[in-house]
Amino acid sequence: MDRAQVDAKIRELAEPFNKKGVTITEETTFQNDLEFDSLTVMDFVAEIEDEFDIIISMNQQAEIENYGQLVDAVNKLQADA
Amino acid sequence: MSEGISQPDQREPIEAHAGDKDLFSKFDDIIALREGLLATGQTDPFNLVMEKVLSPTRAICNGRETILLGTYNYMGMTFDPDVVEAGKQALADFGTGTTGSRVLNGTYQGHKECEEALRDFYEMDHAMVFSTGYQANLGIISTIAGKGDYIILDIDSHASIWDGCAMGNAEVVPFKHNDIEAMEKRLKRIPEDAGKLVILEGVYSMLGDVAPLKEMVAVAKKYGAMVLVDEAHSMGFIGDNGRGVVEDAGVIDDVDFIIGTFSKSVGTVGGFCVSNHPKFEIMRLVCRPYVFTASLPPSVVATAATSIRKLMHGSNKRAHLWENSKNLHKGLRDLGFKLGTEEPQSAIIAVIMPDLQQGAAMWEALIKNGLYVNLARPPATPANMTLLRCSLCAEHSEEEVAQILDIFEKSGKEIGII
Ligand SMILES: Cc1ncc(COP(=O)(O)O)c(C=O)c1O
Repeated sequence: MDRAQVDAKIRELAEPFNKKGVTITEETTFQNDLEFDSLTVMDFVAEIEDEFDIIISMNQQAEIENYGQLVDAVNKLQADA
Repeated sequence: MSEGISQPDQREPIEAHAGDKDLFSKFDDIIALREGLLATGQTDPFNLVMEKVLSPTRAICNGRETILLGTYNYMGMTFDPDVVEAGKQALADFGTGTTGSRVLNGTYQGHKECEEALRDFYEMDHAMVFSTGYQANLGIISTIAGKGDYIILDIDSHASIWDGCAMGNAEVVPFKHNDIEAMEKRLKRIPEDAGKLVILEGVYSMLGDVAPLKEMVAVAKKYGAMVLVDEAHSMGFIGDNGRGVVEDAGVIDDVDFIIGTFSKSVGTVGGFCVSNHPKFEIMRLVCRPYVFTASLPPSVVATAATSIRKLMHGSNKRAHLWENSKNLHKGLRDLGFKLGTEEPQSAIIAVIMPDLQQGAAMWEALIKNGLYVNLARPPATPANMTLLRCSLCAEHSEEEVAQILDIFEKSGKEIGII
């Protein structure tokens, strides 16, 4: 999978969590723009993990603030897996 | 508790002046929430003072005799005459405190006897006593799981577990509460040769629900993980010998570490870890929250040791506590309250409130009618629920449980939630 495909897949997974229908760009932040609380983060991360068969540890999650960073991280993790 | 994954609040204050922003600004939201609640005339639920404690189940609060249904005094040991006497004797014989670390001048005869009592209680080879249960989790977890190791843990783990994870710098991988499949999926994806520690709790204290330890421990072992179980809320009560959910589920021999506390059923303060690991004793030298703090006072370890030995023979009390738990659960449900578990699973019964406002109002009505319970609110609660947490004691009589139900009925009707 290339980055564009990873991006498309994550966008699809994010949709049900994007309650307010915020337009997602590379710079969209999970906490401020999407207003994800800790439980939403857990469910969203679990969906991505299951989809790509990877682990995004909390240590890695702590480095991810915006959507672009998430796609980069998942892209790298799935390539390494 | 889920606060381990809550993120620091980064919202800008609406009118940020250079002068009024400092390191405390990050608390502005919680200050506002609290002030908003108190402005409605609500009694502060987090500022209660017990003026006098009459027994494990009764105290004077705000000048009123109150039934205690929100302590962790599950086995009612705090006023046990033998336990009190042991403390008095140790105070007289050994003084008020050790003024030193366990590894220097802070290990007295009493600390050794307390560890011996724990080894006997659990029938395990090693026992290490810490100054609190919080420090036991902090110390053991951070010391055994370091950089490059993986910790797989339940998302609803206690704050002390999260803090231990953070302190050790291991890779932290949470899974959905009590979800065996979610746990297995994550274990499967971790590099095979990496060090792995699975952390579970016997009883989760917010809803009073029990973990499926039989299945979970088997899965952890299948993937070569070490297993640590925090039995803070089950010690003395669950299992034929009160050793916890690990005993009840028949997996005590498969877990590597049990963490516990003296601040609940044992009835004093302190924490511990028991283990059969052959190298366990090295922890005493490498575990910083054990080394760099003063040991427990002699009176505390004496009361703990006496209490632990008495808990070994507590089967009648255990049976009565189960009766209380069942009666309260059924009674509350019959009154129309929504509870945290379908069946009573522990000595904790959580009553789910519609929101914080009504939860706080109900808490106040209960205390005015002479009943103390714990109010729990987000972010300490799962799914951001507001809970009235009832924790029973083996010393609550059947009549007292009936009285508790009457107070719930009266208060619930006053507030209009039943
Ligand atoms: C699950 C759990 N672990 C550990 C602790 C910490 O115990 P202590 O009060 O001894 O610090 C508690 C109690 O607050 C707890 O509920």
